[in-house]
Amino acid sequence: MKKVAVVGVGQTKFSGPQDKTQVELFAEAATDAIEGSNLKPKDIKALFLGNALGDFEEGQGMVASYAAENIGCMYVPTNRYEGACASASMAVRDAFMWVASGYYDIVLAGGIERAATMGTGMATRTFAMFSDSRYEFPSGITFPGVFAMLTYLYSKTYNVPLDKLREQMAKVSIQSYKHGSINPRAQFFGKNADMTVEKVLSSFMVCSPLTLHDCCPFSDGGAAVVLASEEVAKKLTKKPVYITGTGQSSCGPLINQKDFLPRIRSREISSQQAYKMAGRKPQDIDLCELHDCFSIASLIASESLGFFEYGKSGEAWEKGDADIGGKVAVNPSGGLKAKGHPIGATGAGQVYEVARQLRGEMEPDNQVPDAKIGMTDTLGGDCATIVNMILERGW
Amino acid sequence: MEQKLYFKEYNEALKQNKLLGLKCRACGMITVPPKMACRQCGSPDMEVTEVKTDGKIVTFTTIFVGAEGRESEVPYTVVIVELEEGPWLMGNLEGIDPKAASIELIGKKVKMSTQVFPGDKYSAGETVRPIFSLVN
Repeated sequence: MKKVAVVGVGQTKFSGPQDKTQVELFAEAATDAIEGSNLKPKDIKALFLGNALGDFEEGQGMVASYAAENIGCMYVPTNRYEGACASASMAVRDAFMWVASGYYDIVLAGGIERAATMGTGMATRTFAMFSDSRYEFPSGITFPGVFAMLTYLYSKTYNVPLDKLREQMAKVSIQSYKHGSINPRAQFFGKNADMTVEKVLSSFMVCSPLTLHDCCPFSDGGAAVVLASEEVAKKLTKKPVYITGTGQSSCGPLINQKDFLPRIRSREISSQQAYKMAGRKPQDIDLCELHDCFSIASLIASESLGFFEYGKSGEAWEKGDADIGGKVAVNPSGGLKAKGHPIGATGAGQVYEVARQLRGEMEPDNQVPDAKIGMTDTLGGDCATIVNMILERGW
Repeated sequence: MEQKLYFKEYNEALKQNKLLGLKCRACGMITVPPKMACRQCGSPDMEVTEVKTDGKIVTFTTIFVGAEGRESEVPYTVVIVELEEGPWLMGNLEGIDPKAASIELIGKKVKMSTQVFPGDKYSAGETVRPIFSLVN
């Protein structure tokens, strides 16, 4: 396998409903990524694009081909990836595989979504399509509902009293809001820096016990990354960020995951693949952009990734062990909670953040000092698709 | 290879409050709802069996923000129930005040009935959902 580098990244501001089309959102992010790589659109050999719900958002299918043509990448193969909220990470991982194989030397990957444009009712309906349509949705389960059920299960399994757990979860949201408030491309830029435990707990109940501030927003946005082989990357940039490990795993409906929940077995398997490929351990990771679609999701993810003991990660957030300056900086971008979650673009947005961290390009208060090794973690559906990537400085 | 039990037959039986599952001839595990392969060992060599509907609540949530088309149902309580024979089922809990549903529900014994969810324009027809109620 060839070494593969991220040579350029781009991302729109993640936002609530706005007027740009999905293709336009991708074009902005992709053109920044291509120009930042010192490349031209004609240099791109293929496009791999995450997009979960474009059919419902704009009545647009097969969006990858239109996106490529829009930015001047003519006649290249274009693949659309749908893995719910993990769509873009699947796209980036497959782009990595194609470059690692030697078949292509330069590939563009990314994702787009206009979930916020659908409005809450339609977004809630379409997100529920990622639960089992025959055996789960008839009960009226929603996406936050899945993680609400995992919250009670977590409390029971690890004997963390619910009141204490909810306070720990509130601290996850507070940390994310703090970082997101100074990230100019975050949906909650300039907002919610003054969040308190009381405000989180007393905000609107979405599905018990999750309140509004436990939940990420619906978002619109696009993100893109250019991947290149090592030999090409060395000619393009002095700061290639190598993807040194990847993993991906899947499983069935939530009710079929009974042997492990609230542990996410697919995440344990995916992350172990990534660690093994990179020759790294959880303790080596300086920062991780992980899938905090809900506050409880951060706790569950950080345990499956091996950062903290099962049932103990809430204490890590209380002590600052999951913040910049702690054991591992979790979501210094603000994460899905505060940066936003345009589901088909989220994974590429995580790679965007980790690459910029390793290059030292963040806002000063969101920069993890001397970050050398970063990780991404993206979850799709009711824990049924997981993708992990480890990225490292190449200089 | 044909599946031993399809959604259609499972759904029709559920309408009669009868829960059908698949018993693996290789490892003995009961798989519900139906799949091609045993949830434990992956063997397709399974036979249709009627599964007891008694169980206990594993977890739950009360939904206050519903999907488009289902707004009038809120608030309602969704539960996962572990059946006596092992499998988990997702359904609704009725006979309680959904707003008052608390963590004390976990571990409580329930019995099952069913209700038809008529479906919406995306759901390819109706599906039957389990409705659980507490056993005193």
